[in-house]
Amino acid sequence: MPAISLAKAPQPASTNPAQIRNFCIIAHIDHGKSTLADRMLGITEVVEARNMRAQYLDRMDIERERGITIKSQAVRLPWRSSLDGKEYILNMIDTPGHVDFTYEVSRSLAACEGAVLLVDCAQGIEAQTLANLYLAMENNLTIIPVLNKIDLPNAQPDKFAAELARLIGCKPEDCLRVSGKTGDGVAELLDQIVAQIPAPVGDPNAPARALIFDSVYDSYRGVVTYVRVVDGHLSPREQIQMFSTGVRHEALEVGVISPEPIAGKGLGVGEVGYLITGVKDVRQSRVGDTITTYNNPTKQPLSGYKDPKPMVFSGLFPLDGADFPILREALDKLQLNDAALVYEPESSAALGFGFRCGFLGLLHMEIVRERLEREHKLNLISTAPNVVYNVTMDDGKVVRVTNPSEFPEGKVAAVLEPIVKSTILAPSEFIGTIMELCQDRRGILLGMDYISEDRVEIRYDLPLAEIVFDFFDQLKSRTKGYASLDYEEKGDAEGNLVKVDILLQGEAVDAFSAIVHRDKAYAYGVMMTGKLRELIPRQQFEVPIQAAIGARIIARESIRAIRKDVLAKCYGGDISRKRKLLEKQKEGKKRMKMVGRVEVPQEAFVAALATDADIEKIKAARKASE
Amino acid sequence: MSLSFYVHIPYCIKRCGYCDFNTYTPSELQDGATLEIVSNDYIDAVLKELDSAPQQIVPTIFFGGGTPSLLPAKDLGRVIQKINDRNGLTDNCEITLEANPDSVTLEKLEGYLEAGFNRISFGMQSAKPHVLAVLDRTHNPANVEKAVSMAREAGFKSISVDLIYGTPGESLNDWRHTLESALTLDIDHLSAYALIVETGTKLAAQIKRGDLEMPNDDLMAEMYLLIDQLCEAHGMSWYELSNWSKPGHECRHNVAYWKNENWWGLGPGAHSHIDAKRFWNIKHPTTYKQRLFSGETVIADSENLTLDQKRDEAIMLGIRMREGLSTSDLNPSQVQTLATYGENGFLKLHKDRVQLTPTGRLIADRIVRELTF
Repeated sequence: MPAISLAKAPQPASTNPAQIRNFCIIAHIDHGKSTLADRMLGITEVVEARNMRAQYLDRMDIERERGITIKSQAVRLPWRSSLDGKEYILNMIDTPGHVDFTYEVSRSLAACEGAVLLVDCAQGIEAQTLANLYLAMENNLTIIPVLNKIDLPNAQPDKFAAELARLIGCKPEDCLRVSGKTGDGVAELLDQIVAQIPAPVGDPNAPARALIFDSVYDSYRGVVTYVRVVDGHLSPREQIQMFSTGVRHEALEVGVISPEPIAGKGLGVGEVGYLITGVKDVRQSRVGDTITTYNNPTKQPLSGYKDPKPMVFSGLFPLDGADFPILREALDKLQLNDAALVYEPESSAALGFGFRCGFLGLLHMEIVRERLEREHKLNLISTAPNVVYNVTMDDGKVVRVTNPSEFPEGKVAAVLEPIVKSTILAPSEFIGTIMELCQDRRGILLGMDYISEDRVEIRYDLPLAEIVFDFFDQLKSRTKGYASLDYEEKGDAEGNLVKVDILLQGEAVDAFSAIVHRDKAYAYGVMMTGKLRELIPRQQFEVPIQAAIGARIIARESIRAIRKDVLAKCYGGDISRKRKLLEKQKEGKKRMKMVGRVEVPQEAFVAALATDADIEKIKAARKASE
Repeated sequence: MSLSFYVHIPYCIKRCGYCDFNTYTPSELQDGATLEIVSNDYIDAVLKELDSAPQQIVPTIFFGGGTPSLLPAKDLGRVIQKINDRNGLTDNCEITLEANPDSVTLEKLEGYLEAGFNRISFGMQSAKPHVLAVLDRTHNPANVEKAVSMAREAGFKSISVDLIYGTPGESLNDWRHTLESALTLDIDHLSAYALIVETGTKLAAQIKRGDLEMPNDDLMAEMYLLIDQLCEAHGMSWYELSNWSKPGHECRHNVAYWKNENWWGLGPGAHSHIDAKRFWNIKHPTTYKQRLFSGETVIADSENLTLDQKRDEAIMLGIRMREGLSTSDLNPSQVQTLATYGENGFLKLHKDRVQLTPTGRLIADRIVRELTF
């Protein structure tokens, strides 16, 4: 095997850029990226066979379980090419694989000269992979098309080779065929990476410029910043400076990952590694920023830096109000490792104290929530996600609304909402149903192309608000799970939007307000009043439930007064039993919230606001406590 | 201080589908055994348990079950006799027998009367065969009328029937028919209970499977209001949530429960209340007998009521009765709570007494939860 031992391989800080190849793997969830990466670690012998474990590079449990990469990794792999017999250093940069992390992906791509486009040859390319492929092509990366899982009995390598060829403009026979599982073709792939991907180019004598493509908080070491050096050199004990903030730090340690961290003498042109400065918060070491040296700073940062911008907002509330301080601490801690997460305290008449949190997207939201629950043992309720609206009043004042309850009263001149450009890939038999869904969600068709005989790419502009609702679930169910979706921001557009309030006995309940398109206000009103009628128990008087836009009632229901709440029998032995039952029911009553004179069980709020998964969880918790 | 007695007879020939009482068929207790075999020494055991009860004078005795009328009068008479011997009975002591309309004859009834019984309560449940079938009751509705007139002929001064409403498949008209049938009988007292689906019963399983469907609360409420309306029209007034009677025919034994008097339950699974203590016996008849014959206690567990619990129980039980609660026993916030219910027509304030209206009785538990605990 053409592996080279680490000791004999070219050393960090003194590797000739011509010997370096920086690449990433673009793949969809389940298409075998982690297995291929594992195989590369094994074949290059940076991990001994006895230390190997599956998904070696995915550090968080949640990454392994969900098969997604949240944080990037960069592994230095020494390799002797069997084509020319020379030694090389391959830096494999693992990229996050989801629509919410497009910006992070773009920075990882910017750290590479080439990309392995990995496609499961039983499934074909997916929308997110396609989006990342386009991103890589925009970054002028060399693309190596690879069909994975050729060992599968239902593999269709010829069909998907044709698909890939059409997409990237190569010949079908240029697609490599590998099996991450058996290792077939992996050594050839490494040779092709050496042969096809250009070596990095930079000026070793220019002021240092290194691109931050990820930063990770480690509770022992502080923030670990992953960098790709473009020009110059980074050395330990040197004063470094962040270009965007001007903040200065000492590089306490500079090293490479192979695949465990190895501290070294520094990093030179084209090299990929990490540095540690002792800072405790990833926001001081931002993805996309340029690192330079304090003594000889660059005047020209690397291009492409952006501040992360939350796109989706949701309220997170502890199921048990007493957990509020724990939630605060947990968010503070999570933010150390997640520069995109924003939050501020929020109080809801219905759900008590919690936080309004901003996320990059739905997956980001799910991941944050899952980590809070898992790593901090919290039981959370999340409210329906919403987007950010900019509301212009008649007097010209502009109000930014991240929570429907902040929607201003008075004369509204215009409401702007975020729009995304979305790409859907699906078998062509589903074109009709997909178009129907997109039209229903206020989509504007941009175009449609066949990417192979029976698969299409459909492009729509859609309001993000429609996507965060249940678009993805709908898309999946209408296409039997075959469609994939990707989207990117496309600015704001004016929408005919109104705020719908829900009133219980004439009083508006903040938690139930929603901003919806005027045409859908009635449907929302009917749905919500109907849902609440089912969820709120009958009271001693009739309770009207209304949906209103301003003062105009658009839907109404009513909960009739209670008729019966009594046990008929109460004799000798029944007395203690009945007392205990009433005591228990009384406990349930404590979980009631008073909205005006109406008692509303917390469960009703949850069920009306939360996702189906939440409802299942609450049912399970209730069952366990019985 | 006086002491009422409840005597539990834990035997039935057949278990009804809705019943979760502590009762057993002979074959459940012993393979292939007859009632005579399993109940053979039961009364001896009860008499042994009686030895541990306080010796205060007795105003009421109630034989319930199970099916007490399965046992011969002389057996039940032994219990009455011994209570009389060791405690003494008040002059007007009320002694009630729960009876199955199918298992009585005039001779048997005369026997019970002779043994000391003066009040009888028949399990009628419904006059509609299709309702009785769902309840798994075996009796012929026509037998009830016969049983009631035989009881009167035998000399019972107070006769009651028990009804159940809200059985799956029972319409408001079915229920009206049942009530009218009951009220044309020569009775002095009527108990009517909404069917409760107890977990673990055959009925619960049938409902869970979807074979039967419970009526909704609105229909149950209508049925309840109908009882009250028809009973009052027949000269029977409500005196407790599920009980109506002619004047002077209130069941004094049950009233003792609701007023938290002292009472002792004899028999397996029977509960007792003495001062602020509640305790109850082990449930199985065989263990019950074995323990008594070997001189061990049959008390399974007990609880000492705190002052708060006593106060809450007093509200829980008191509010179910015609006399209702006295505002002088309530604090201002409780009175305030009741005022809202008053405005909504669920209760009336009569001098210093708070009495539930018929619609209020239907939500008594809800009101109790707001007042207590």
